[in-house]
Amino acid sequence: MEYEAVIGLEVHVQLKTASKMFCGCATEFGAPPNTQVCPVCLGYPGVLPVMNEEAVRKTILTGLMIDSEISRFSKWDRKNYFYPDMPKNYQISQYDLPLCRGGAVEIKVEGGRTKKIGIIRAHLEEDVAKNSHFETTSGVDFNRAGVPLMEVVSAPHINSPDEAFAYLTALKEILISGVVSDCDMEKGQLRCDSNVSVRPVGQKAFGEKVEIKNMNTISGVRRALAYEIDRQIAALTRNEKIQQETRRWDDGTGKTFVMRTKEYAHDYRYFPEPDLMPVVMTDAMVGEIRKRLPELPETKRRRFVKQYGLPEYDAGLLVADGALAAYYEKAAAGVKNPKAISNWVMTVLLGNVSAAKKTIAECPISPEQLGELVSLVDGGQISGKMAKDVFAEMFATGKGAAVIVKEKGLAQISDAGAVEAFVDLAIAANPKSVSDFKAGNPAALNFLKGQVMKHSKGKANPQLVGEILTRKLQGS
Amino acid sequence: MSLHTLTIQQLREKLRQGEVSAREATQAMLDRINAVDGKIKAYLWLNPEDALSQADTIDRSGIAKDGKPLGGIPIAIKDVINVEGQPCTCASKILNGYVSVYDAFVIKRLRESGALLLGRTNMDEFAMGSSTENSSWDVTRNPWDFDRIPGGSSGGSAAAVAADEAIAALGSDTGGSIRQPAAVCGCVGLKPTYGRVSRYGLVAFASSLDQIGPLTKTAADAALMLGVLAGHDASDSTSVPQPVPDYTAPLDRGIKGLRVGLPKEYFIEGMDREVETAVRSAIQQLQSLGAEVVEISLPHTDYAVAVYYLIATAEASANLARFDGVRYGLRVAGKDPIEMYGKTRGTGFGPEVKRRIILGTYALSAGYYDAYYLRAQKVRTLIRRDFEKAFVKCDVIVTPTSPTAAFKFGEKTEDPLQMYLSDIFTISLNLAGNCGVSIPCGFTSNPKLPIGLQVLGKPFGEEIILRVAHAYEQATDWRKQRPNL
Repeated sequence: MEYEAVIGLEVHVQLKTASKMFCGCATEFGAPPNTQVCPVCLGYPGVLPVMNEEAVRKTILTGLMIDSEISRFSKWDRKNYFYPDMPKNYQISQYDLPLCRGGAVEIKVEGGRTKKIGIIRAHLEEDVAKNSHFETTSGVDFNRAGVPLMEVVSAPHINSPDEAFAYLTALKEILISGVVSDCDMEKGQLRCDSNVSVRPVGQKAFGEKVEIKNMNTISGVRRALAYEIDRQIAALTRNEKIQQETRRWDDGTGKTFVMRTKEYAHDYRYFPEPDLMPVVMTDAMVGEIRKRLPELPETKRRRFVKQYGLPEYDAGLLVADGALAAYYEKAAAGVKNPKAISNWVMTVLLGNVSAAKKTIAECPISPEQLGELVSLVDGGQISGKMAKDVFAEMFATGKGAAVIVKEKGLAQISDAGAVEAFVDLAIAANPKSVSDFKAGNPAALNFLKGQVMKHSKGKANPQLVGEILTRKLQGS
Repeated sequence: MSLHTLTIQQLREKLRQGEVSAREATQAMLDRINAVDGKIKAYLWLNPEDALSQADTIDRSGIAKDGKPLGGIPIAIKDVINVEGQPCTCASKILNGYVSVYDAFVIKRLRESGALLLGRTNMDEFAMGSSTENSSWDVTRNPWDFDRIPGGSSGGSAAAVAADEAIAALGSDTGGSIRQPAAVCGCVGLKPTYGRVSRYGLVAFASSLDQIGPLTKTAADAALMLGVLAGHDASDSTSVPQPVPDYTAPLDRGIKGLRVGLPKEYFIEGMDREVETAVRSAIQQLQSLGAEVVEISLPHTDYAVAVYYLIATAEASANLARFDGVRYGLRVAGKDPIEMYGKTRGTGFGPEVKRRIILGTYALSAGYYDAYYLRAQKVRTLIRRDFEKAFVKCDVIVTPTSPTAAFKFGEKTEDPLQMYLSDIFTISLNLAGNCGVSIPCGFTSNPKLPIGLQVLGKPFGEEIILRVAHAYEQATDWRKQRPNL
């Protein structure tokens, strides 16, 4: 029997705000444990939450980017459960009236087609603390407790691990483009739980769903889903029943394990948070947030293809990183050959940047300087081979291309008379190669070209050398 | 006249004139506490050195002589409000050893107004109760009769004021916890409108009902205190940015032509005869002062106790979840976190608190939420509308504060429902969010026990109810009668 997978993803995103969701503590990642805490985010007796308005705006901006309906009236609820990472043993979240409802994220699927993955809702809540387990004790770091956390819930429109991968990548790019979050999964800024079931192809009803937790990378999500789908199909093939349960992905063994079964499902006893007022959004407020809408990644990709004449692949790679796309656009401004800039960025620049353990923003070569280098090659002032050396020098010193070319006397000789003189020298000095060429040995031509370059100390315009040499050999 | 018997206004005058220093006033309070608190046990915690050092600071800075409203006035604080550096146990074993790390908003206000924080008063554990018998620490006795309860949950604060162990005190009122103890101890207790006084720093029992308010010897003192406590606080999202009027200035304007509403549902069978007589003659007194009496109806009164015990316990079940032994207070070790929670909470909470947590947890559980919590919220809206409609016909509503005078220890501890019914006249007000004040209006004959008159107002109508209370107080001499200690 043929089976198809039905997947829904719940994505938790830490919002990029200066302070926490309900208090003034900093949110920066990596501070020593329990240094970014106060009575409010530690859940001390008598404290009260105060809503971070910027976090609400960022959630609504997300809603606008993914085409959600923005709630004009939304409220906060308490989600009750006991765990040491919960300062109050309830989490302030949103139950039945989230900030954003509906929407979609477009992904590319097999064969270059696009598919819309529906969004059910996006709501805001507070992150919990981080538990660490040591040999005989456990520790709780409350720095993370209270960081604004947005949850984006997809519809069960995803049908394969690859689609899940594409959805997460697309969502991440959208969130980064709107400066909603940095989405660094290693820092826990983007986390993903998944609901997955399988059913015979053609069957309408959903199969029993299984929730998977603890997938820490986007490719981990893909692997976990692939494993889980295989596991469920194998079980059904053996005539076993799939249990509704929560399973934990173990990246090391590449398997999922039962965490808790249905009987142990929590009753969260949601009820409206009496310490906070409902969130009322007027058209004017939404309009203000709309002004912050960025160019969405998909739109930008299409523009890059059209405006710069780039292949889809190049456009996709550049747009995936907002800073890189911005760098590219600056470098390509006023350059005759923007595709050449893309080649430089992808083949040389990115390699150098990552080898130097820098980000694109810290690149010692400014986008304008890269544009200048490409223009020098384009104008024939230096050869492509020279350009590689100039680039290395630029990367090491931060100097401009023209300055280096001048300092090192690297300018290419493109004067036909001067090149002809070098060609004549080479022909005169290598009569055997000349006769070999005339006898029909094309390899001799390359040798002679090399000799011309040697005479010119590598500065002769190689294209011109080829033309003149061929003309002379064939003509004499 | 001994300093400890003075009102805020009287002591303020002496301090301002330089007749007495803050140190002398504080010493007088400490002496009084020394003399009588062994019997009454209003205080859970007192640090005489700290109190005297606060007094010295006030004397040195000249605050007592300047215009600050409470300069040099010693005030007792209910053990549910955070004062930095002082214990805050909420009369619960689960917060044994906990020392506050910050000042509540009202404490900042008191400090800014020159008040002196005298000590911490006893209460029902986490403000759950009507007799202070639910304290984990001490039995506080009614200053009028040591065999009787001081009311609750702010029983320590009321007893301290009634016994002249404090010039004034702070309490908190979720279903009557300021007004009922004020009534049975014979002092003035004001519950402000919800949102009038910031709750930041008040350990939450039921967030949508809790308000902090003053317990004082006179209505004028309550007005003075409210002026200090009221006002918007950005750290409490439910605090209302409504301007704070001068509550003291209009006190003497009288009540001529004021419409006083009497809810027919509050004058019921089973009310103590002496209480009814006292309240009825108080109403006559108001009439003779020029007020006009109208009958009104609050038709959903019968549901108030049920609604209250669903909403308050539901909120409490979440509010009290943070006491888990992880970060502060009592911890009883277990082999895993779940066992630690169970042992800590099992040991730390008393029976009434456990009962209410279980009740609230049940009311919020899947399958019961709609029938209990949600239904209760709907009826709460009806109760609020009752008051809105009633206040079209009248300016204030007058009722007894409590159906009986102080009862004896143990009389209602066996039957929680009987205990809950002692709040029958006070809890509707919290559900509606309006303001109310209780003032002395007479005594039972044998034994002599204070009776309270409750004056209820519109949202942010504190100015009017205080004016009524003050006018009545000026026309009677109940407050001049003091317990014989």
